[in-house]
Amino acid sequence: MAENGKANAETKTYREALREGMVHEMENDESVVLMGEDIGVYGGTHLITDGLYDQYGPKRVMDTPISEGGFTGAAIGMAMLGMRPVVEMMTWNFSFLASDQIIQNAAKVRYFSGGQVKVPLVIRGPNGGGVQLSAQHTHSLENMYGHFPGLKVVSPVTPNDAKGMMITAIRDDNPVIFLEAGALYGTKGEVGEGDNAVEFGKARIAREGTDVTLIAYGRQVNLCLRAADALEEDGVKAEVIDLRSIRPFDEDALVESVKKTHRAVAVQEQWRWFGVASEVAAIIQDRAFDYLDAPVIRVSGAEVPAPYARNLEIEAFPSEKQVANAARRVMYMEEK
Amino acid sequence: MSAAENEKNGDVQSASEGAVATSGDRLVDLYREMVLVRAFEDACQRGFRQGKIGGYLHLYTGQEAVATGFLEAFREGDRVITAYRDHAHALLLGADPNEVMAELYGRGPGLVKGKGGSMHLFDVENGLMGGYGIVGGHIPLGVGFAYAQRYQETDHITQLYLGDGAINNGAFHEAANLAGLWGNDGMCPCLFILENNQYGMGTSVERATAQTDLTVKFDAHGIEHEKVDGMDLEAVIEVAERAAEHVRETGKPYAVEAMTYRTVPHGAADFFEKYRTKEEIEKWRERDPIGLLEKKLIESGAAEEEKLDEIKDEAKERTNEAVKFADEAEQPPIEELYTDVYAGEDEYMGEK
Repeated sequence: MAENGKANAETKTYREALREGMVHEMENDESVVLMGEDIGVYGGTHLITDGLYDQYGPKRVMDTPISEGGFTGAAIGMAMLGMRPVVEMMTWNFSFLASDQIIQNAAKVRYFSGGQVKVPLVIRGPNGGGVQLSAQHTHSLENMYGHFPGLKVVSPVTPNDAKGMMITAIRDDNPVIFLEAGALYGTKGEVGEGDNAVEFGKARIAREGTDVTLIAYGRQVNLCLRAADALEEDGVKAEVIDLRSIRPFDEDALVESVKKTHRAVAVQEQWRWFGVASEVAAIIQDRAFDYLDAPVIRVSGAEVPAPYARNLEIEAFPSEKQVANAARRVMYMEEK
Repeated sequence: MSAAENEKNGDVQSASEGAVATSGDRLVDLYREMVLVRAFEDACQRGFRQGKIGGYLHLYTGQEAVATGFLEAFREGDRVITAYRDHAHALLLGADPNEVMAELYGRGPGLVKGKGGSMHLFDVENGLMGGYGIVGGHIPLGVGFAYAQRYQETDHITQLYLGDGAINNGAFHEAANLAGLWGNDGMCPCLFILENNQYGMGTSVERATAQTDLTVKFDAHGIEHEKVDGMDLEAVIEVAERAAEHVRETGKPYAVEAMTYRTVPHGAADFFEKYRTKEEIEKWRERDPIGLLEKKLIESGAAEEEKLDEIKDEAKERTNEAVKFADEAEQPPIEELYTDVYAGEDEYMGEK
């Protein structure tokens, strides 16, 4: 898989990369505006939009009241009239309050208007847990939003993808649910200069291997990479696939990899029931059944609301050990 | 307080007080439009009972003067958004009655290709940004339209229609708060038109809120407002022109509560109407907006009874044509199922 726009790359944080993607499009297109709670004067809870209020002013970097349904709906209206709003959900946990707007209006209005309108809207913010925010502030919502036709759902993990997929999201004429790996805002990586747009619906091979395929998205990709290191010590070469995009979904990348490795483990932070990993397993059995040498295993979060205590939180999410052992299981090796 | 008395709550603008300058000829034209809407919806009711129209069907009967009057203040480039009682808004903005009826009949030439039905009429070319099915859910969109209209440096405004049933919903309060706030910067030319037909489905205003003067709800968000007798077309026009002008000039939102009454059931399948009395409905029928206008036209000499009968016959004819068109139109081709899900080249993600 091509690493887009890396010819001239600089090391940046995930946070800086997101900001750079938004700025890139704001410079190109007057219709792009940012909205959200404390994204302006305050600079953003997670400092993603820091400095942009001074740069672009209050008409383009709009501080909103704490009113997710209201401002998300207003952004949908703006998008229907040709603007390109980028809405920050301070965290995706608050999007339940806006879900009527996202699901009932943004996702469907093009369809029920017979194609008379479009909704070029990005809703972005941190998704998932890992920073001890406990039950109400920890959700992974990719399966929920990925369920609805009319939405696009992406989940970048590298800083390069954070920027490149942000550019693509803003240019897209459809509502894009942009799920950021909140726990990784401070992580660094090489980020392509200028226009490094990353196409949606193309998975990335994060590590090549021949013996087992580990499939993830968001911060679980990094977990899989660490598990792959551990497996290497056992002589197992694991391939790691970063889905990058949940809707559209790159089925071919999974199928091609499994045809090579004959074994697959799907990893997700979210709860197992009705999750993305189940979809991955279903696609593989549907399209690569004859190539499989073992059942596809899902590694998921514990079926509990997210706890606070650090040790409990760690236990609630998939671990490197669980992923490596799942790989050993589909290899019919002894677990460690 | 009974619902019937609700109109007395506060200062209701009536034509006798307003400085009305709508000419007799214009009133006759508007009479023609209102009569067409009425005849069209009578045919919808028949179509529903015959099983030709599926889903839900919400009629505007009794409320026609509200949209007719406010749309007199509509200028090219303005936008209109409303909830699911949207047939009148579409027809008054100039949608082809054949296409509207075809939509209700679920046919291919329907206004939205048979994909939305009665609750989702859109005619973007003529300014209608849609009918929406979730009570209150469309209100934030309208406020967003208004922001965009100013951001794009136009002098267009948004007419945002909502019912009394929507006013206790969070979406209304969140959107009204944004409108007031953005209006402070002249960035929200949104005219809220609160069509108080006195019942949210079967629950009367006084059974839904302790603050039955609904305009007060706008005070909480810094939005100026007034009331109007929504049965009196001339009064509505007078307020509409003035309010729209104000919104257009200032970029600030403004609200008008039109006191009106739906003289038909909430939905066409709602036969029994346990929530109100026959006497109450009869009382309001006496103030039917078409009947009131008819009387006014005859008394003022703007039109003779024969002329009005002629107009009614024309409306029936036009409606019959629409029904015939809809009845004979083809169903949408099956391929249409998979279009318009996404904008762009790949309109559909999934298996066919």
